[in-house]
Amino acid sequence: MYAFNYHAPKTVRQAATLLAKNEDGKVLAGGQTLLPTMKQRLASPSALIDLNHAEGMSGIEQKGRNIIIGAMTRHVEVATSAVVKNALPALAALAGGIGDPAVRNRGTIGGSIANNDPAADYPSAVLALGATIVTNKRKIAADEFFQGMFSTALEEGEIIVKVSFPIPSKAAYEKFPNPASRYALVGVFVAKKGSDVRVAVTGAGSNGVFRSKECEAALATRFNAKSLDGVKVSASGLNADMHASADYRAHLIPVMAKRAVEKASAK
Amino acid sequence: MASVSMTVNGKQVSATVDPRTLLAQFLREHLHLTGTHVGCDTSQCGACVVHVNGRAIKSCTTLAVSCDGATVTTIEGIGTADNLHPMQAAFRENHGLQCGFCTPGMIMSAIDIVNRKGNKLDEHTIREELEGNICRCTGYHNIVKAVAQGAAAMK
Amino acid sequence: MSAKTGVGAPVLRKEDFRFITGKGQYTDDINRQDQAYAYFLRSPHAHATIKKLDISAAKSAPGVLGVLTGDDLAADKIGGLICGWMIHNKDGSPMKAGAHPALAQGKVRYVGDHVAVVIADTYAQAKDAAEKIVVDYQVLPAVVDMNKAKSSPAIHDVAPDNVVYDWHLGDKAATDAAFSKAKHVTKIDLVNNRLIPNAMEPRAAIGDFDAGTGVYTLYTTSQNPHVARLVLSAFVGIAPEHKLRVIAPDVGGGFGSKIFIYAEETVCVWASKKVGRPVKWTADRTEAFLSDAHGRDHISHAELALDDKGKILGLRVKTKANLGAYLSTFSSCVPTYLYAPLLSGQYDIPAIYAEVEGIYTTTAPVDAYRGAGRPEATFLIERIIEKAARETGTDPATFRRKNFIKSFPHQTPVIMAYDTGNYTASLDLALEMADYKNFAKRKKDSAKNGKLRGIGFSAYIEACGIAPSAAVGSLGAGVGLWESAEIRVNPVGTVEVLTGSHSHGQGHETTFAQLVADRLGIDIDSVSVVHGDTDKVQFGMGTYGSRSGAVGMSAIVKAVDKVIAKGKKVAAYALEAAEKDIQFKDGRFSVAGTDKSLAFGEVALQAYIAHKFNGQDLEPGLKEGAFYDPTNFTFPSGVHICEVEIDPDTGTTDIVKWTAVDDFGNVINPMIVEGQVHGGIAQGVGQALLEGAHYNADGQLVTASYMDYTMPRADDLPSFDIGMTNTPCTTNPLGIKGCGEAGAIAAPPAVINAITDAVGHEDVPMPATPYAVWQACQKGARKLAAE
Repeated sequence: MYAFNYHAPKTVRQAATLLAKNEDGKVLAGGQTLLPTMKQRLASPSALIDLNHAEGMSGIEQKGRNIIIGAMTRHVEVATSAVVKNALPALAALAGGIGDPAVRNRGTIGGSIANNDPAADYPSAVLALGATIVTNKRKIAADEFFQGMFSTALEEGEIIVKVSFPIPSKAAYEKFPNPASRYALVGVFVAKKGSDVRVAVTGAGSNGVFRSKECEAALATRFNAKSLDGVKVSASGLNADMHASADYRAHLIPVMAKRAVEKASAK
Repeated sequence: MASVSMTVNGKQVSATVDPRTLLAQFLREHLHLTGTHVGCDTSQCGACVVHVNGRAIKSCTTLAVSCDGATVTTIEGIGTADNLHPMQAAFRENHGLQCGFCTPGMIMSAIDIVNRKGNKLDEHTIREELEGNICRCTGYHNIVKAVAQGAAAMK
Repeated sequence: MSAKTGVGAPVLRKEDFRFITGKGQYTDDINRQDQAYAYFLRSPHAHATIKKLDISAAKSAPGVLGVLTGDDLAADKIGGLICGWMIHNKDGSPMKAGAHPALAQGKVRYVGDHVAVVIADTYAQAKDAAEKIVVDYQVLPAVVDMNKAKSSPAIHDVAPDNVVYDWHLGDKAATDAAFSKAKHVTKIDLVNNRLIPNAMEPRAAIGDFDAGTGVYTLYTTSQNPHVARLVLSAFVGIAPEHKLRVIAPDVGGGFGSKIFIYAEETVCVWASKKVGRPVKWTADRTEAFLSDAHGRDHISHAELALDDKGKILGLRVKTKANLGAYLSTFSSCVPTYLYAPLLSGQYDIPAIYAEVEGIYTTTAPVDAYRGAGRPEATFLIERIIEKAARETGTDPATFRRKNFIKSFPHQTPVIMAYDTGNYTASLDLALEMADYKNFAKRKKDSAKNGKLRGIGFSAYIEACGIAPSAAVGSLGAGVGLWESAEIRVNPVGTVEVLTGSHSHGQGHETTFAQLVADRLGIDIDSVSVVHGDTDKVQFGMGTYGSRSGAVGMSAIVKAVDKVIAKGKKVAAYALEAAEKDIQFKDGRFSVAGTDKSLAFGEVALQAYIAHKFNGQDLEPGLKEGAFYDPTNFTFPSGVHICEVEIDPDTGTTDIVKWTAVDDFGNVINPMIVEGQVHGGIAQGVGQALLEGAHYNADGQLVTASYMDYTMPRADDLPSFDIGMTNTPCTTNPLGIKGCGEAGAIAAPPAVINAITDAVGHEDVPMPATPYAVWQACQKGARKLAAE
């Protein structure tokens, strides 16, 4: 790691002020991605604004037909929350499959979404459920939030405070992990709310999370696994690396979508 | 430099450290608690797992300063020579270790599994829950047995 | 002797207490007063000449004590790292070994090669300063593909075509004659994938020079501290052996990778005198990936000749072996003498001819990794046997049974003389344990669920107990491979066993104590095992090649026998009887035909007080040493059966059942032996399904962390069903064969034979990742459609 200045603000407001004051400063949430990146000297923030001591940034509540999760809420808390398990079990299951138990005990939803790692799990849920990202400055719709690999609509000095997930009628997430890193090689989150069906794919796209038009079209008429029989997803724009070709990823998208639909329908 | 205070294995400790000091480094280099090991750079291997505020975390992926005010438990803090923690005893009784390097992290993760999932653990659950702890020696066969036995003994 | 701790009992490990309580002492846990830290600047290029190396800015960076380069090594006349086994070409000329300086001298030859070392007060300062070193590289083309190496730029001037050696073994004419008579020839092309050992403890070293005595001490992660001292003294020239102490404390796994004498350890011990402070270095995982010696990496073509009854007539093998950018300590012998002599497997093969080319590439050095040569041989023979069975429409178990060697001793056409074995017994037990007869039904059930089920065999043999010194000497080894032991009996009757073997997970502190306690009839808690320190242990060749049992314990038994013999003399004086009348049994020396006797501890006391010896013909004390040189290799063997279920939609392979039946000869501690089998299988399954080092065309290691190199995790593996048969080894006093490498040798072909069985064709690479198996399923589907 390169040297950096450390700040532990007590409030979001203080954090924002510190962020504004420290050019090249970065927000530290769970640190499960940022710290390994810094250890490898691939990132060199001048300062870390540590949110681990900031008040009021963690917690889960249901407000009407929305689940609202504080940005510093750890994955383990989402995975085991009675509220989430009851109203949005797909999200609890997703959180319970991120990284490994020790990573889930530390990693946060805000950190995951702000980083927008192309193989992270949460972005698929945010996009498929049409969640709203609430920052210290404004509310951002999921469709506008993710802007390509490691890139989001967050502006300088903007900090995610919470995320609001509308409760769908059916939803599920299926991940095919990279055998080495266990990140999503292909992760598919399907959600049905009224007649609106969304299928968000993570891990596969070279531009980060995206919606699969092919799968959504097939499921729009009938939300059933069989609707996905024969659906072909284009390999163009998908990642290719030693673990999987673009064709293999394209093949896995409807396979995982189908499994997700089966899971969502079983409930 | 930044100051940090925490409770480690029941003892209050305070120090002034470079902010980039990881919790693993703090434990090993400042407190000489060398039972916590570092086996990788990418938060995968789990040799560094300790408990912070009762939860297993990877101490190589946590800043010491982030743990200001926290309660930390390491492998040195879970049992005594005369009174081993049941999970420690289970690893020995089931030959759940060979070179011993991954063992402290394995034991700390195993205790965390029991804390979260209870005392009756089946093989499938144990294998899934050990996803973040890599062992190169044992093939996990005896670790799985040890965790099941240790879990039952923690009742 | 208690049945609970005697030979054959599953005694719990004595060493475990310190490991489960966090009290182990690994090299990185040790800190010397005033120690400084080393950081190695490594080459970012696979192949380049260094036009200019400017260290001035780094030298004046905060905290820096020294920046050292290859020029400093040369100025101090520090020699290069060596390869200790000379291989000769087919024409009798010696192999072409390029120089291997510990820090680059004008050229770098792989990504991670050592350019310079920075030593500073803190590790962070050393790393920061290293960024200030300016290196002007002239980048040369990388040489990654073994098939193109001959026409690529030379990596070492001494080997213009990048061929280290062109070696062969066996009788070419006899093999050609066998093929001319063949009714069927099975051919196969195989790649044995490159692996990275990944002991969980990264390599580490502390060099500590004592200016007062002129003695260097090296604390290091070594499987063989005496060999390290020998090489650093006699070849590298750091200091003569009596001025160099090497300590290998608790070592967190080795698997071969900690046998070798590397640049970093060498530099730390040398630099400790240069900077006048102890110098510590601990690899991070990325450095381990880049610079630990890798394993395997063969490309082979093989042909098997059969007669009209399916009996094997001959085997022909052509292998290219990647040796990396430099010849590591034992690298040259791995794809030659540890490989081709095993190609007869468990089979009666009248004629074998093998050719091996060792190739330089701009990749990390390749050397012994768990099994070392023998997994490569087993993979080849067990894959071609399986394919031959399929091509001739024979059940694979039946095909093997028909061709097994059935009488012993058996001389193969490739050096080895197998002393004993019963391959049919292992196969029979494995078939029963695996419920082979109901496999067809299970396959049908899987098909109903849309899954492909397959079963695969591996009937392996290995040569362990490495090795008779005369034999290895005649084949080019620079050292003898005996082992030494010393039994030091204290006046109170407690015993220290000093061994040249080194435990880094194998449980020697328990097994060796178990053996000695059993032989001396004393409590196991009265025996402690001392190893891993050249100042304490007389000498030793270390632990690798499953040798600690067959060779190390044989030395111990020899020393124990000497202690008993001396004890009889002592007892004779003490009991005032004739030495010939003294008997030793169950820990007591007694006079035959009388009730006069002394316990072992009482005799020890008599030996040390020496009141009755009169200073004449019997020396006081009770301490004996022995060197044991084996007369032959040992030949553990067994049959592993792997059953898999494949999801053709994703390519995921699930190992649903693993059966292992091994013949290790006599077993001291079955609990520890089974643990060794488990770990070996996991590494073998890792090779078959998960692990593979991958360099891109530029010579960059793509798999340089656990993000891309797939380590076997708990949920990748099943529990294993373990069975044992026993034909005791006839060539060592304990009848032990060795068990450390068996699983890693047996497993890969069992897995691939199962997957190829499931998908219905032979074209499945290692590692058989979901992606690879999905592709194989696509190919299989196309094949079926065409039929």
